[in-house]
Amino acid sequence: MDPHYNFAFLDERTKKHIRRALLKAVAVPGYQVPFGSREMPFAYGWGTGGVQITASIIGLNDVLKVIDQGADDTTNAVNIRRFFARTTGVATTEKTREATLIQTRHRIPEVPLTESQTLVYQVPMPEPLSKLEPSRRETITMHALSEYGLMHVRLYEDIAQLGAISHAYDYPVMVNERYLMSPSPIPKFDNPKMHMNPALQLFGAGREKRLYAIPPYTPVRSLDFEDHPFEVQHWDHACALCGASESYLDEMIVDDAGSRLFVCSDSDYCAQRRDAGQVGTQQAVTLHDALAPSPAAFTPSEREAA
Amino acid sequence: MYVAVKGGAAAIESSWRLLETQRRGDTALAELSVAQIRAQLTLAVDRVMSEGSLYDPELAALAIKQASGDLMEAIFLLRAYRTTLPRLGYSEPLDTARIALVRRISATFKEVPGGQLLGPTYDYTQRLLDFALLAEGDSTGTPPAAIGTPPASLDAKLTARLEKTVAPGTPSATVPRINELLAREGLLETPQPFDAAAPGDLTRDPLMFPADRALRLQALARGDEGWLLAMGYSTQRGYANSHPFAGEIRRGFVSVELVPDELGFAIDIGDLEVTECQMINQFSGSREVPPQFTQGYGLAFGGAERKTMAMALVDRALRAGELGEPRVAPAQDEEFVLSHADNVEASGFVQHLKLPHYVDFQAELALVRKLRVAHAEAARDKPVTPVHPEPVEAPALSLPKGLRPAQPERKDVPTFGHGKNPTQQEVA
Repeated sequence: MDPHYNFAFLDERTKKHIRRALLKAVAVPGYQVPFGSREMPFAYGWGTGGVQITASIIGLNDVLKVIDQGADDTTNAVNIRRFFARTTGVATTEKTREATLIQTRHRIPEVPLTESQTLVYQVPMPEPLSKLEPSRRETITMHALSEYGLMHVRLYEDIAQLGAISHAYDYPVMVNERYLMSPSPIPKFDNPKMHMNPALQLFGAGREKRLYAIPPYTPVRSLDFEDHPFEVQHWDHACALCGASESYLDEMIVDDAGSRLFVCSDSDYCAQRRDAGQVGTQQAVTLHDALAPSPAAFTPSEREAA
Repeated sequence: MYVAVKGGAAAIESSWRLLETQRRGDTALAELSVAQIRAQLTLAVDRVMSEGSLYDPELAALAIKQASGDLMEAIFLLRAYRTTLPRLGYSEPLDTARIALVRRISATFKEVPGGQLLGPTYDYTQRLLDFALLAEGDSTGTPPAAIGTPPASLDAKLTARLEKTVAPGTPSATVPRINELLAREGLLETPQPFDAAAPGDLTRDPLMFPADRALRLQALARGDEGWLLAMGYSTQRGYANSHPFAGEIRRGFVSVELVPDELGFAIDIGDLEVTECQMINQFSGSREVPPQFTQGYGLAFGGAERKTMAMALVDRALRAGELGEPRVAPAQDEEFVLSHADNVEASGFVQHLKLPHYVDFQAELALVRKLRVAHAEAARDKPVTPVHPEPVEAPALSLPKGLRPAQPERKDVPTFGHGKNPTQQEVA
C-alpha cells in the first residue's frame, strides 16, 4: 500500500460526504443525487464516478473485482484494479463469486450476484432524458413531476419509423415504478439482471457529479409497450470457446476475409465453464449480408437482364 | 485453438516506458529543468496554474515537464494533485487596488489616476521571428538595438518584479480601479452579492443551475481559455451584442490575507500574481433603471490577458437575465457555457471514446443486423421496391418502411439493397 496517500486515495471527509449522498440514493431508488465529485487521478469519462464510490465504501476485508466490457484484463480495468491495490492493499480477484465489491463498466456479470456483494457502475451520462432535453435544470423538474411522456414518445417513434426500439444499450428503465433511470451503457441484454437483484447496485457519474442506487430486491422495469414487449439480444451462435448459448457475446474479426469469432464477453464466466470441461466449436463463422440478393431470391426478369 | 488476447497489464507498463522515452527526447541534448520551465515558460506556467486552480509555479512547471508541454495534460495533473490537499480555510477577498503593478492599461481614458503602464506585452512586437533566439548561448533579454533606452529606474523595478526577486511583503501602492471612479458618478452599475452568505465553492459542491455570479466566475476562472475566447468572440460578432470597452486591465502582485479563527484578525500569507480585466459595456437602461454602463469581470493567475478579457466578455453575456436582456445567444446560456468550459472534463470525456466499447458496439451491430433482416423480409414480400423510390404523387400519409405503395417494375434499378453486389452479378 502506498503510504503517501490516504487509504483508498480520498480523504475521510470526502468519503463521508460521498457515503451520505449514497445513503440518500439508496433511500430514493433511481433518483440522481448531486454530489461534490472530486478530481481523481483518472480522466473524466474513464470511471471517476465509480472509482469515487468504490473508494468511499471499500474496507480492508473487501475483495475487489474490476471489469470493463465484462473482462478483467482490459487496460482500463487493469488500471483501476491496480490503483486500488496500490492505495488500499485489499485483495483483488477475477472471480465473480469471490468478490465482495465489483466495479464495472458496460456489463453485469453473467453469474447471479448475492446479498453479500455490491456492484458499482461507472456512468458517463446519468441523465436518461439528456438526449431529449439537454438542460439539466429542465430534466430535474421532469423527474420531480414524473413527466416521462417524452421518452415514451421517443420509443414509439422508433417503432413507427424502424419497426423496433433503437436503444440497444443504455436502455431506459423505471426503478421502483417512480424514477426513470439510465442503467449506464450496459447492453439491454443485462437489464433484466437489475430487477430484484439481491446485490446492492450503486451508480457513479464523476464528471456529471451525480450518483444513484438500486437497493437490493428493487423492481426495475425496462420501458416497453404491450404490443412491443421488451426483449433482449439473441445470437445465432454459441460462444466458440465454452459453448455457452445464454451469455452476451463479443464479436471478433479473425482473418482478412472477415470471419467472425463469437466469444463470451464475461471472461470469468467463460473461463469457469471451460475449467468445468465445457467446450465450444472453436470455429469462426462467416456472416452474410441479409440484404445481398441470394440466387434463389432472384426474379426471372433479373436473370434475363444479367 | 483461439486464445483470447491477454496482457493489458504488460501493455500498460510498456506504454509507460515509451512515454518516458518520448518525454525525454534526444538524450544527446541536456534535459530541461523544472526551474528553467518555471523561469522561461512563465505564461505556460501561469495558464496551468489558472486552469489547474492551484497557485504553485514549481508544481505547474513540473506538470508541464511531465506532460511534455501538453498544457491540458499538465492542468489535469495539477488538478489531480490539488484534490488531495486539505482545505484549511478561505482567504479574505483579494484587494486588487492594492497592487505592485507590472502592467496596467485603460482603453477608456487617456489619463487615469495611477497612470498607464505598458509593461511586458506582445501587443507592439512586430511578430517577426527573432532568429537571434535560434543562436545557442545565453540571451540576456537585451532588446534589439534599434529600440531606445527606457527610463532605468522604472525598468529595473518592473524587471525585479517579473523576475520575482522583490522581497516578499514589499508594500504595494494603492491604484484605484477605474470602475470605482465611474461608479461614484452613478454611471456604472455595480453588481452586489445576492445575499450575505459566503460564496459557494465549486470544487466542493456540484454546480447546479441557475448558478449565482460567484459560482459562475469560479467556473469561468478555471475554464478553458480557448472556450472562453471563442464564446467571448461570438458576443462581439453579434451573438449577444455586448458593445464592450476594456475599462481596465491590470497585472501585478497582490497579497493574500487570511483571518485564522484563533487570531480574529487578518494576516498576510503571501503574494499572488494576477491579471484582472474589467470590461465596461453599454446599457441603454429600462423602465426601472436609468441608462448606465454595465460591467463584466475577469481574473486569472499570472499573465493571462487574453483569458481575462474573454472571461469578462462571457461574464457580461451571462448577466443577461439579471439585467433583463433577452437570452438569445449561446454565450448567454449559462448551462451551455459553464457545463462545457472545463477542459479537464471535456478532454476526459471526448477521449474516453478511446476506451473499448465492444459491448455496446456489439449491441448496435445486433440491432442493425436485425433491422436489415426485417428490411430484407419486407422487401421479399414486395419484391419490386426500388432502391430510390420515385416520389409518390401526393401521398396522403407517410407509410412505415416496407408498406410503400407498389411501384411499377423498372429493369434499370436493382431490386434489392444498396446497389448491386458485383460477385452476385457474376453468379447471375
